[in-house]
Amino acid sequence: MSTLAVLPAGRIPGRDMRRRRATDRLMRGLLGLAALLAAVPLVLVLGFVLIQGLPALNLALITQSPVPAGFPGGGVAPAVVGTLIMVGLGTLIGTPIAVLAGIYTREYAGGRGATAIRFLVDVLAGVPTIAIGLFAYGLIVVPSGGFSGLAGGVALAITIVPIVARITDEMLGLVPGSIREAAYALGIPPWKAIVHVVLPAAAAGIVTGILLGVARIAGETAPLIFTALGNDTVSTSLGQPMDALPLRIWVYASGPYDSWHAEAWAASLVLVLLVLAFSLLTRLVMRQRSRSGM
Amino acid sequence: MSVIVGQPERIRVLLAHHRPRYGEVLFRVLVMIASLTVIAVIAGLIAVIGVQSLKGIAHNGPGFLTGTVWDPVHQVFGALPFIYGTLLTAVTALALAMLIGVGVALFLVDMAPPRLARPIGFMVELLAAIPSVVYGLWGIFVLAPWLRDFVEVPLHDTLGWLPFFSGTPIGIGNLAAVVVLTIMVLPTVAAVSRDVIAAVPLSQREAALALGATRWEMIRIGVLPYARSGVMGAGILGLARGVGETMAVTMVIGNAPTISLSFFSQGYTMASVIANEFSEATTELYRSSLMEIGLLLLIVTLVTNAVARLLVWRVAYGSRAGTLLA
Amino acid sequence: MTTMIRESSSIAPAVEPEPPSPSRGIVPGQRAAATIEREAVQVELDGLGASYGRHVVLRDITFTARPNSVTAIIGPSGCGKSTLIRCLNRMHEVTPGARVAGEVRLGGTSIYGSDIDPVVIRQRIGMVFQRPNPFPTMSIFDNVVAGLKLAGIRDRALLDEVVERSLRRAALWDEVRDKLKAPGGALSGGQQQRLCIARAIAVEPEVILMDEPASSLDPVSTLKIEELIDSLRMSYTIVIVTHNMQQASRISDRTAFLTVGDDGAGYLVEFGDTATIFTNPRQRLTEDYISGRFG
Repeated sequence: MSTLAVLPAGRIPGRDMRRRRATDRLMRGLLGLAALLAAVPLVLVLGFVLIQGLPALNLALITQSPVPAGFPGGGVAPAVVGTLIMVGLGTLIGTPIAVLAGIYTREYAGGRGATAIRFLVDVLAGVPTIAIGLFAYGLIVVPSGGFSGLAGGVALAITIVPIVARITDEMLGLVPGSIREAAYALGIPPWKAIVHVVLPAAAAGIVTGILLGVARIAGETAPLIFTALGNDTVSTSLGQPMDALPLRIWVYASGPYDSWHAEAWAASLVLVLLVLAFSLLTRLVMRQRSRSGM
Repeated sequence: MSVIVGQPERIRVLLAHHRPRYGEVLFRVLVMIASLTVIAVIAGLIAVIGVQSLKGIAHNGPGFLTGTVWDPVHQVFGALPFIYGTLLTAVTALALAMLIGVGVALFLVDMAPPRLARPIGFMVELLAAIPSVVYGLWGIFVLAPWLRDFVEVPLHDTLGWLPFFSGTPIGIGNLAAVVVLTIMVLPTVAAVSRDVIAAVPLSQREAALALGATRWEMIRIGVLPYARSGVMGAGILGLARGVGETMAVTMVIGNAPTISLSFFSQGYTMASVIANEFSEATTELYRSSLMEIGLLLLIVTLVTNAVARLLVWRVAYGSRAGTLLA
Repeated sequence: MTTMIRESSSIAPAVEPEPPSPSRGIVPGQRAAATIEREAVQVELDGLGASYGRHVVLRDITFTARPNSVTAIIGPSGCGKSTLIRCLNRMHEVTPGARVAGEVRLGGTSIYGSDIDPVVIRQRIGMVFQRPNPFPTMSIFDNVVAGLKLAGIRDRALLDEVVERSLRRAALWDEVRDKLKAPGGALSGGQQQRLCIARAIAVEPEVILMDEPASSLDPVSTLKIEELIDSLRMSYTIVIVTHNMQQASRISDRTAFLTVGDDGAGYLVEFGDTATIFTNPRQRLTEDYISGRFG
């Protein structure tokens, strides 16, 4: 929004104007203060994560498994491996469903159907992730008799679907109608037109959305607490409990040992760097696309 | 000028040959199944959690919502402390987040030059991207001690006779939870408010300015009334987010099922008790009662989200990736 | 004006290159003397009407576009010209709420029959749009054969042949033959439009519809397109919408003049030989429009 010029108010008699101007200055100062209050926590949080996490960050942290509690050394390798596996699984399961749902919403559904699906996707986006964890627990852990990486992966898949579906919907909407028209006028079947012409045109934005979703679910703890449960050893088996970075950070932060705390900070640094990198990447791609007019 | 003549018949025959139509039907079915999956998940959430809580519902009865004692050992499950804790933290955090969030939104849309607005907007969005557990970690080791030493102890010394500031401040407790929750809810409120405020037509603003209004008066007369329902929607969305927030709150609230007016007291929220106790729950009744809390949580967030979306929908269905982070 | 090379595989006698004529277009009847390269089919409109929801935009349009000819549709803006042409390849119905009345026949068969697949119709009746719209993610080569590749035709040798043939026919081959892999969007506006024409031609339609194909181009490109249209009539039936009357009189054999009626719907005022329409129209309204008194 451009700043609009305020008309000179010299016509209005003195005292009232002074009061109004004072109020104006006060309120604008408060608004500026609000902006400051909003920006400061970010600096504080990121700053401390950096300061506390950097000293403890080393290769051993990522490659070694935990040692008995309280002893120095060891690492969070199970968590790193587990996060990679479950985030991968969740993305693998959730992304196709989400992209297809986004295609349906934008390309096939009528006005009311599209509104309904968009609404439901947003509602799903607002479900607390701990509830999604409970759902995965009842759906998978209970029937299968145990905690597993699979259940964790499924919980993460459910979490990523609304994010990717919404952005697929929006990115497809940005593809100019003339492209679709050209494809239909050539006698290309609608589904091929969508998959081979429209989707590639929206691909960059959709991939960005997927990255955004990946960054989000990588940091999620609640869906994994009673699905994947956690593990002190590196496990690649989807049928067994699996560790994850957020889970381990939680356990270590809540524990009594200084070495644990230090590792928690370091692991947080890794997580935050990952999320920051993806967010920045997303922003960059978004800005580029809007600039090029797509 | 002559024209090349080729073999049109060959192409036309080939095109006719490659014409099975099941591809279209298959694809349509596929995308519809995907969309139905979304509906199925929402329905499944309610169904699965509902079924799992049946045992608890049967055993605990309506006293579940009013009972103040949570004693799994003796199979007494009263959820009031958690409901109270959730409401206290979420509502207080929301109030603060609205003040700051709407303020930021107004600042970004109507006050700041673009060069300042972009980085600040980005920073607020980034707040939403930081994982909850990292906020919790920071809350335990940075925020809580600081609050204790620089806010709570002074408040206790001066205003300790007020119920809000009674009890020994140790940093971990309701206040820390409120602060952390405010920071986490802020991006949601700010982003949605920003969309809503930006959607107010220029003509409204110009009408106010043309009357000789100051910048603040323009905002007060020309922007806020128009954006009222949308901002309310932003607030409800923020409330939904605050109610469902788990990890950061769990790590700094102290996890004691007490009902107290004091901000220094330790508390417990619905999401926190589930997170803390579910994996350790030994009996089926215990688990089922926790599921019951989960069901309550789910219904509350579903309803608040639905209401909020309906409010916000009309005002600003925008194409902003930023709202995704919220 | 480029002289195109004759292919030895042509199935009809080659035509001598016409000398450039400054009086070109003033006597349209002369062109009928040139040899037809391929028999095209005719498009008959019979009481065609169109609406969006309850809003009727076209009413009772009846005329025939003869094979191997150029039929122009002219009229003031808002008279439904674009809607009309989009009814001819069933693009109108893509818009939600759009409906069609009456009949359109391709070579005697109704294209709106219940057993007719619109996708097939669009392969037989191609379309070129006002603004060039090459597919942004595809190379020039892939753009030209998009209609074939996406229908499942993969024979590389055939595709190569089709690309060259289509680009030659569209008078674009010499300019892009060395950069077929370049993205479709990397050409000038006029070149992009010829690329779109090549793309439409590649699926070997019988009819080519053109919705103001040169209106977004500069005068030089416009002239090239007009020459192209003139040459294409040998193999196709062409229906062109244009708001440029001089263009219509230059390149078309017959012209349909539409205008908006009192009910807000477009209707056919007059249809006939271009020469007659422009020099001796039957209707007063036509004469007014031609002489610029309205529209």
